[in-house]
Amino acid sequence: MTFWNNPINFIGYWLNGVLTGWHLPAVLATLLIYVIGIIVMILFAMTLDIGLVWVERKVVARFQDRLGPNRIGPFGLIQPVADIIKMVIKEDITPDGADKIVYNIAPVLAATSVIVLWAILPLASTIYGVDLNVGLLFIVAAGALGTLAIIMAGWSSNNKYALLGAFRMVSNMISYEIPMVIILLIPTILADTMSVRGITQAQSGMWFAILSPLALLIFLISAIAELGRSPFDLNEAESEIVAGFHIEYTGMKFGWFYAGELLHAFTFGGFIAILFFGGYGGFFGLEKLAAFAWLNIPFVQALVFIAKAMFGYWVIMWVKYSVPRIRIDHMLAFNWKFLVPLSLVVLVNTALLNKILIVLPNWLYVLGMFGSNIVIGYVTVEILRAYGRKQRKAEQIPDPQAHTQEQAV
Amino acid sequence: MTAEQIIFLLTGALVLGAALMVVTVRNLLHAALWLVVSLFGVAVLYAILQANFLAVVQVVVYIGAIAILFIFAVMLTRREAMEKGRQTRNNWWIPVLLGLFILTGLVVLILSVPGVERTATALPSGLDTVQALGMALVSPDAYVLPFEVASVLMLAALVGAVYVATADKK
Amino acid sequence: MQNEWLYIGLFLVIGIIVPVVPLVFARLVAPRKPNPIKQSTYECGIETVGESWVQFKAQYYVFALVFLVFDVESVFLFPWALTLKQLPLFVVLEGVLFIGILVAGLVYAWRKGMLEWV
Repeated sequence: MTFWNNPINFIGYWLNGVLTGWHLPAVLATLLIYVIGIIVMILFAMTLDIGLVWVERKVVARFQDRLGPNRIGPFGLIQPVADIIKMVIKEDITPDGADKIVYNIAPVLAATSVIVLWAILPLASTIYGVDLNVGLLFIVAAGALGTLAIIMAGWSSNNKYALLGAFRMVSNMISYEIPMVIILLIPTILADTMSVRGITQAQSGMWFAILSPLALLIFLISAIAELGRSPFDLNEAESEIVAGFHIEYTGMKFGWFYAGELLHAFTFGGFIAILFFGGYGGFFGLEKLAAFAWLNIPFVQALVFIAKAMFGYWVIMWVKYSVPRIRIDHMLAFNWKFLVPLSLVVLVNTALLNKILIVLPNWLYVLGMFGSNIVIGYVTVEILRAYGRKQRKAEQIPDPQAHTQEQAV
Repeated sequence: MTAEQIIFLLTGALVLGAALMVVTVRNLLHAALWLVVSLFGVAVLYAILQANFLAVVQVVVYIGAIAILFIFAVMLTRREAMEKGRQTRNNWWIPVLLGLFILTGLVVLILSVPGVERTATALPSGLDTVQALGMALVSPDAYVLPFEVASVLMLAALVGAVYVATADKK
Repeated sequence: MQNEWLYIGLFLVIGIIVPVVPLVFARLVAPRKPNPIKQSTYECGIETVGESWVQFKAQYYVFALVFLVFDVESVFLFPWALTLKQLPLFVVLEGVLFIGILVAGLVYAWRKGMLEWV
C-alpha cells in the first residue's frame, strides 16, 4: 500500500498512527479521520462546482455565438468567485407571509441532497467515500430529498408562481424517476451488483453503452428531466412563471439552488460515465498490458473519470442550449406513454437476452445485445411514424413527404 | 452503553418525537414535514441494523413517494382549511393514558417471553443481504408466490385509484 | 458495514453544515433594510391579485398515485435483478410476469384517460 496506488488509505493509516501516538482513543481517531476525509471530498466537490459555473457560462455563450465572461481574470476564470461574492453580500429578502423555518431549510436541503451523492461516487479504484452495496438506489434516495426541497421552497414562498412552479417541477421529477429507476436495473443485471464500484469494475471488458445504447439514451433523457434542466425546465420557465419555485429567494439561498443544480448536473454526468462508459477504468482491457500500466494509477483514473463526467455534462448542456422547452402535458405524456413502456421493453429484453446469450462467445454476446437494442429502436421509430401519419391524416394536414402529389396538381 | 445503543436511543427518540409533532401541530404541511423526519428516523434505524436495502428503499418509497403523496393531498384542500385550530381535542389525556396502559401491557408481555434478552447472532461475513433477499423472492420453495401476488395487489391498488378518480369525473 | 453508514451519516451532517456556513456568513455581512415594497410577493411588477393559493389541479395527485405504484414495483425488481446470473431462465420469466401484470395496470390507466393532462 503505497501512496501512489492507494492514496486515501495510506494517508488515513499514517494519520491514525500519528493520532494514536498522541494518545487519542482509537475510536475518536477514526472519527476524526473520517471527518477530515469527508471535508476534503466536499471541498473538492465545491471547488468543482465553482469551476462549473464558469464552464456553464462559457459553453452557453459559445452555443449562442458570443464570447461569455472574459473581463475578470484570463478568459473570465475568476468570474465565479465574483459571482459568489456578489451573492453573499446581497440582501436577503424574506417575503411577507412566508413560512420562515421551511423557507430557510429548503435551499440547504437542496444543496445537501446533491452533496451527499459524493459519498458514493468513486473517482478512482481506491479514491471513493464508501462502497455501499445498494449504491444505485442511494442515488434515487438523494433525488427524493431534492424533490422534497423543491416542494418546501415552492410552498413556503407564499407566491402563486412559486407554488405553480413547484407543483409542475415535482410532478415532472417524480414522473421521470420511473424510467430512471427501471433503467438503473440494466447495469444491475449486466454487472450482477448494485454497488457503483462493482458496476465500474464489471465494465473493464465492454462498456455498457455498447451493450445497451437504448438504456443510455433513456437514462440521459430521464436524468435531464430529473435535474429540471431544459427542455424540461418548466419550473424555471423564465418567460412563463419567472424562475418558478425559487422566485422569492435572494442572495446566497438562490445561490445554493443554482450551484446545487449545476453540481447535480455534473454528478449525473459522472453517473452516466460510471454506469455506461466505464467510469474511471473501462479501457476494454487495455490497462492490463504492461505498456499501459500507468492507467491504473488512481490519480490518472480520477482524471479519466472527471474527463468522462465532463463529457456527460457537456452532452447535458448541449441538449439544454439546443432544444426548446416542452409543455407540461407533452412532458408527462412523453414519460408515461412512451418512456415507461419503452424502458420496460428494454429491461425485459436485456434480462432475457443476457440470460440466453451469455453462453455464446463474447463477440456474439455483444453483437446480440447491441443488435437487439437497434431492433427495438427501429420498431419504436416505425410505430411512432405510423402513429404520426395516422394523426396527420385525421387532422387533414398534408404529409410533408407527399408534396410530389401537390406539385403535380 | 455502547455507542450503537446511544445512537439507537437517540434515533428512537427522534422517531417518536417527530410522530408526536405530526399529530399535534396546527399547520398541516408542517405535520407532513414532521412525518418525513419520522420516516427518515426509521431509515436510520434500518441502517443501524445493517439492512442497507431496506434503509434506502425506505427513503425512496416512503419519503420520495408516500410523503409527497401526503403533501399533494394536503395541498388539495384550500388554504383556509389548513389553519383551523388545534388538532388535539379537549380530553386528549384519556387516549394517552389508554395508550400508556397498552404499552405497559405489551412490554410486560414481551419481557416474559424466554430468550428475549439474547443478542442476535451476527450475520455471516461476506453475506450480500440484497442478493439473499433476491434469492428468497424468486426461488420456488421460498417466496415467489407472494412476490407475484404482490404485483397483483399493486395492480388492484392502481385499478382502485383509477376507478375512484374517474368516478368523480362523471 | 457499520462503518459505511457511519461515514454516510457524517457526510450527511457535514453536508448540512457546509451550505449553512455561507448563509450564516451572508446574514452577518449582507445589509438588511426591509421595507413593505421589497417584502411584497412578486407578481411581475404589479400588485398581487387574489390570494396566493391557487386551486391545486387534481391531476397532479393522480400522477403521484400512478408513480407510487410503479416506484414500489421497480424497487421490488432490484433483488430480482441480482439473482439472474446464478439461477436458470425461469427466474427471468417470473420477473417478466411481474412486469407484465403491472403493464396491464398502466394500459388500464391509459385507456381510462388517467394519464391525460386535462
